[in-house]
Amino acid sequence: MSGAGAVRTTGLAAWWGAIRRDRKATAGAVLLGFFVLVGVFGPWLVGDPHALVGIPLQPPSAEHWLGTTGQGQDVLAQLVVGTRVSLAIGFIVGIAVVLVGALVGVTAGYFGGRVDGLLSLLFNVFLVIPGLPLAIVIAAYLPSGPATLALVLTVTGWAWNARVLRAQALSQRQRDYVAAAVVAGESDFRIITREILPTMTSLLVAQIIGSTTYAIGAQVGLEFLGLGDVSAVTWGTNLYWAQNDSALLTGAWWTFAPTGLCVALVGFGLTMLNSGFDEITNPRLQLERAWRGYLAARGHKATRSTPVVGDRG
Amino acid sequence: MTFLLRRLGFYLLSAWVALTINFLLPRLMPGDPATALFARFRGRLGPEALQALRETFGLTEAPLWSQYLTSMGHVLRGDLGISVAYFPAPVADVIGTGLVWTVLLAGSAVLISFAVGTALGAVAAWWRRGWVDTWLPSALVFAGAFPYFWLAMVALYVFGFGLGWFPLGHAYSDDLTPAWSLAFVADVARHAALPVATMVLGTLGGWLLSMRNTMITVLGSDYVNLARAKGLPAGQVALRYAARNALLPSVTGLGMSLGYVLGGSLLTEIVFSYPGQGYLLVQAVRNQDYALMQGIFLVITLAVLGANLLVDLACLWLDPRIRETAT
Repeated sequence: MSGAGAVRTTGLAAWWGAIRRDRKATAGAVLLGFFVLVGVFGPWLVGDPHALVGIPLQPPSAEHWLGTTGQGQDVLAQLVVGTRVSLAIGFIVGIAVVLVGALVGVTAGYFGGRVDGLLSLLFNVFLVIPGLPLAIVIAAYLPSGPATLALVLTVTGWAWNARVLRAQALSQRQRDYVAAAVVAGESDFRIITREILPTMTSLLVAQIIGSTTYAIGAQVGLEFLGLGDVSAVTWGTNLYWAQNDSALLTGAWWTFAPTGLCVALVGFGLTMLNSGFDEITNPRLQLERAWRGYLAARGHKATRSTPVVGDRG
Repeated sequence: MTFLLRRLGFYLLSAWVALTINFLLPRLMPGDPATALFARFRGRLGPEALQALRETFGLTEAPLWSQYLTSMGHVLRGDLGISVAYFPAPVADVIGTGLVWTVLLAGSAVLISFAVGTALGAVAAWWRRGWVDTWLPSALVFAGAFPYFWLAMVALYVFGFGLGWFPLGHAYSDDLTPAWSLAFVADVARHAALPVATMVLGTLGGWLLSMRNTMITVLGSDYVNLARAKGLPAGQVALRYAARNALLPSVTGLGMSLGYVLGGSLLTEIVFSYPGQGYLLVQAVRNQDYALMQGIFLVITLAVLGANLLVDLACLWLDPRIRETAT
């Protein structure tokens, strides 16, 4: 992202400080960090996830901590190896979706007029067409694999970001600094990438986090349907095989419970990180918190939130 | 009226885009679409029948625009081609058998989740920092982080398999024939309880947070302060002044979320072997039944568009500002 350059000097340290100040964001970051570490280093620590290591559908034991699958593979090994691919696709799609959304949304908001009308129509149509069925239809025609999943999820997921970023760009367009840049003769491309996008850094980061949550959930859903590469080891295909091997009807909870828990923990971690960011970067929540702190310091109790900002923003 | 006409035009446009995507997909994909589409038929049909089938799909040597017109004509007449998985049943008939179950499942899940979540959100905003406001949002956001279908698997395992409180799948018991009798309706409700409950659990948090956040802003606005200052009863301020106005973004979101819930419903149905569109979809994916897949995509898209139109009508009723500009 070219816009990140403007904030890099103070940016990273400031973000890190902000995460550490907020308890929610810290918890989210720790949770996410754990899974990233597992995804990066875990596959070297566990054995081959495809290897047939024991009797099928064995409950958790000292030898196989999370039991064995319907084919007699180690569930823990599959879980750990699956983490890498699932997280990688999640983050790649999360970033791609926001990039496409930013490109379309900011272009629409910046140029306005007919360009805006056309692009807005485009993302509104994509918003109203149900994503998962469309993703299924596209994925079915393409060779199955991680690249297909990433492509399909990007195509069906960018519209929401475009809508939010268009609104943001529309309000930035009215600001004096954009007018100054136009008068100074800067090109449209430069104004969008160097002037407008950097002002949205916190929003973009929040959107990447949110889109990653979406991408992981949707990816697991598509693979559960059998639209991923069913011979690969990912969280979604683990669940696909658990369902196919009738894990439920044989009572083999260990074949599906850990995977879903991991999906949820990653999603929850991302959401916590995001709501933490929101409280840091949203001036309204910040003021409210300062006010509550002020009252508490004087022994009062804040009863109802004071309307810091009225309807007119 | 102009508002409704504009929305109607937008939905027609969206429907046309969906139809066009449907038409272009097999033709844009790598390889010869006709071969890919009909590879599954080989051995079951003679060459003449294949040729006839090609023409029904509009996959002929004719120029693209004439193929396009042919295929559009077929769709408009409700002809979605022939299913491979359920050969030789027409796709439209196959979809028709499962549609009512999907609509029942997704529809009741959306309505229950919306009603309960919005009410809880209003409660959380009104009694700010009460226990509803403190605990429920985090708990429900955590529940919402699970994939629907995984919640469904756990629910089925615990309440169906473990405790035996609910049936393990299907829409109604095998020994009953569909009829408008009390016994049958009760049986359907018992079978739908778990799938609907898991979908509601997965989506409740979103509605709660959306309502809570808007209502907190609305509660700080001047007209609510005025209503309080006038000495109106608290219930009236909460419901007629604050909640009604805070409802608007949630109602708009309702239309947007329908597609998402329907998608989740497809996956939930698979876990419960529920005979809706999701089950058909799995059959279609397994048998590479492209016509059925595309048919399901079209039908679901049209359902979502129709539901969005209803949501617009609700907005018209809720928001006098739209009504004034509309007339």
